[in-house]
Amino acid sequence: MSVNRKSARYLAAASMLLGFAAMAAQAEIPIGERRSGYADLAPDSKAMQDDDTANPGMLWVLEGETLWNAKSGAANSACADCHNDARATMKGVAARYPAFDSKLGRPIDLEQRINFCRAERQQAPAYAFESKELLSLSAFIGKQSRGEPIAPPADERLRPFVEAGREQFNSRQGQLNLSCAQCHDDNSGKRLAGSLIPQAHPTGYPLYRLEWQAVGSLQRRLRNCIVGMRAEPYDYGASEYVSLELYLMWRARGMPIETPAVRP
Amino acid sequence: MAGALINVPKKAKRGDVIEIKTLISHIMETGFRHSTTGVPIPRDIITSFVCTYNNEEIFRAVLYPAIAANPFFTFNTIATESGTIEFKWQGDNGFFVAEQASITVE
Repeated sequence: MSVNRKSARYLAAASMLLGFAAMAAQAEIPIGERRSGYADLAPDSKAMQDDDTANPGMLWVLEGETLWNAKSGAANSACADCHNDARATMKGVAARYPAFDSKLGRPIDLEQRINFCRAERQQAPAYAFESKELLSLSAFIGKQSRGEPIAPPADERLRPFVEAGREQFNSRQGQLNLSCAQCHDDNSGKRLAGSLIPQAHPTGYPLYRLEWQAVGSLQRRLRNCIVGMRAEPYDYGASEYVSLELYLMWRARGMPIETPAVRP
Repeated sequence: MAGALINVPKKAKRGDVIEIKTLISHIMETGFRHSTTGVPIPRDIITSFVCTYNNEEIFRAVLYPAIAANPFFTFNTIATESGTIEFKWQGDNGFFVAEQASITVE
């Protein structure tokens, strides 16, 4: 490599660093300017999400429907035995999670809720995070809220957790010393390498990500970003993720649920 | 996993061009990857897909390792007569799924 090219690279790196330093902490995205990742999808991917027979996420939804009606555990009961027809009883539920659990004294997300139901009502072993079963059930339950506006519960007990999530979202972390907000609030709509930086609204989880070639949860997506910042990811189910999920849902309040969404 | 999603119009007029869509759940493991301990992950893919309309073959595809998971096929045919459209996927490790849909042609 020639000296000139080398110094040009250093210059580029230095100006990048300066660029990051110059990013003043901006305010949250105004409500009217929020956009779902869907708005920036390529036409092909939009068509894939819109057509239930082309959307691969529907394979998980179908599987979830089977599980919903399957008897399981020592209690030999199915989700449907208590909750009946999910189309009626689960409508809008995914739009309200994470919600506060009085027994635990902290919020839990939908996946954790499913597993608590399994442990307490069905007396069955919990599903592992990111297992096909858990993703299928949460995709099936999430699908019942499609089109419903995200409505975080107006529960005073959640407030400190939303604040904790906001704090996390705005704190720099990892070897790259970045915060979520630096990309998703301050620079959304611009590009990071070739990819568009989305505003990070969790409207479609669990969703089918083409890169994963599978359905994944919001926690898996958060892990991705945390690893990308070269920080240590939390274990699945950690309360840090739940606070962050809670803040993200609050940040996306009113936006319609798209589960199961398709993303690149 | 749930097998396959099929979309065939229930009714069509004779001579109409109809669109058929199929989506099947499959990991499509290429056989070129290694596990974290360096052990090769054996190939596990769908190798063929066949669609027949009243036992007459109307579409066939041969699949290769470069094809992504959960293969989606969409194709067109002419609605000639009422009957059954059958779909068969075959693959490694004895993978076999058969589905069918009926169509009424007026």
